[in-house]
Amino acid sequence: MNATIESLLVLFGKAPRRPGPDEMSQAVRDLHVFKKSDAVRISNIKVELKELKKKPLPKRWRRRRWAVLIAVNLLFVLSYQFDIQLLEGSLTASRFMGFHMADLHSALQVMLAYKHVLINLLIGTVTVFLLWFLLGGRTFCSWVCPYHLVAEWAESLHLYLVRRKLVRDHPFPRGLRSVFFILFALLAIVTGYTVFETISPTGILSRALVYGPGLALVWVAALLLFEIFYSRRAWCRYVCPIGLTYGVVGALSPVKVSYNLESCFHEGECRKVCMVPHVLDTVIKGRARDMRVELGADCTRCGRCVETCPTQSLTFQLKGLQKLL
Amino acid sequence: MKPDKAPGKAATTAHDQRRRKARREFLRAALACGIGVAAIGALGYVPVHNRWQPRLRPPGAQVENDFLASCIKCGQCVQVCPVEAITLADMLDGFGVGTPYIDARAQACDFSCDGLQCVLACPTGALTHEINYPHQVSIGVARLDRPDLCLAMQGKGFKGQARGPDYQGMLRYDEIDRWNPIPVRDHPYDLELCDLCVRQCPIEIRIKQCESGNPPSGDQNQCPPQHAITLEPVAGGDGVRMQPVIHDGCVGCGACEMICPVNPAAIVVDMGQKAFVA
Repeated sequence: MNATIESLLVLFGKAPRRPGPDEMSQAVRDLHVFKKSDAVRISNIKVELKELKKKPLPKRWRRRRWAVLIAVNLLFVLSYQFDIQLLEGSLTASRFMGFHMADLHSALQVMLAYKHVLINLLIGTVTVFLLWFLLGGRTFCSWVCPYHLVAEWAESLHLYLVRRKLVRDHPFPRGLRSVFFILFALLAIVTGYTVFETISPTGILSRALVYGPGLALVWVAALLLFEIFYSRRAWCRYVCPIGLTYGVVGALSPVKVSYNLESCFHEGECRKVCMVPHVLDTVIKGRARDMRVELGADCTRCGRCVETCPTQSLTFQLKGLQKLL
Repeated sequence: MKPDKAPGKAATTAHDQRRRKARREFLRAALACGIGVAAIGALGYVPVHNRWQPRLRPPGAQVENDFLASCIKCGQCVQVCPVEAITLADMLDGFGVGTPYIDARAQACDFSCDGLQCVLACPTGALTHEINYPHQVSIGVARLDRPDLCLAMQGKGFKGQARGPDYQGMLRYDEIDRWNPIPVRDHPYDLELCDLCVRQCPIEIRIKQCESGNPPSGDQNQCPPQHAITLEPVAGGDGVRMQPVIHDGCVGCGACEMICPVNPAAIVVDMGQKAFVA
């Protein structure tokens, strides 16, 4: 339970805490000491890393994820354009084969602005809540959100420019996202209008895909330019209240990325590709509090670390089911 | 002495530099955050400033304030409309990106669906589920804006395509196809006296069907209790010239504005005053 609260605090912006030795079992402590002292292992890592850099990183999970993301968004488009009626609406609210679905943050905004609990909307939110509670909240971000995909492309461009020393990342405090969440909620209450929806690139892109492009896409382009030239993944990391909402929803999800301390060589490759590297704080030498650690609520289950890890120390885990099998 | 001091000094300078850099970064972050928060905070005033953008909302829309608050901007109402009367607002359409509206002149709601599909599709009740029939709708009210242009008021007839050969709009003509709307350009008229606004009024069409004993879908509840628009002789006129008169049964669907063959339309729909009574 403590680990869950800790992971929520990190989601809200707190820096990950380095666990004290008294929080670890003797075996874990011994392993940490052993890893620091073993010179052969360390030189092995260096050789292995050099080999690894020669080959491009595997992109198994990324391929799957992009396929799912594109398929879901395509289903929205096809349902309307070709009238196959499987998934009608857009990402803010829709009907999947007749079942109401409503984005949790959009629904929250509407209820705050309207100041009524709308029963129909509530049905849609329960469906979606259960879905993402089971699949892992921020799974929505990396597996469904269309802005995530374009922001990923913008990110590779940003990283390329960083390597060429043409731009530099300007990080902001992560707690900013929590501030924005409260701000957008207050705005909805005070103005009686879902102000966030106006600037939400997720909603704008989803509607543009289904109903045709509009001028609102200029705003999305401006966000992407900001991310390419100034601050890496700024919207998802420091602003998006949708991500924060789903982060909370998925905090207790059975779908987790699990870290194995024993097999880890601490090369740090995972932290380089991760959009939310603070959830990978535990992979830093001496920080894991257990032999196996589940990554925190802010993890988007994108699988980049899983496919990047040279020692397969990060794996997808389905809690409960694994015990059964 | 001197060589001893030098490394210490260098270390202090490096430390200072690091501290100064950290402070600079913090200030930059704080400034950027401040600007971001202020800018997004200011965005909240845009709706207050720009809200009164008279636009026809889909059938069943709540009063404008409540409508803006409760619309989740999913576009499901757009998807179900058989004549594609509903459009989602873009950035330049005033505030309310993603909210649905109807441009009656381009394509009015002609209740082709009979069952108010947009109302049924709305997941939030921004289009209120309390209404079931076209005559219960109050999108707005028609008004004879340019009596000087009205053909009936000049005693003139109309022949040909009501809105020209390039017009994209569609209407349902019961006598041609009960279920599928067809393009208006495929249905030319030949009228001795232009009565298009009355002829194509969905409320008047329903009243006529009910009077002939064939209510829409065989449902007596579909029968409108009041007339929406009729042609009346122009006061003190010659008995040929007629004037469209709008009655309490008008729901503001915009079919009259859409079909009016003169340019600009002689008859227009105003967003219902009701819509602004909170």
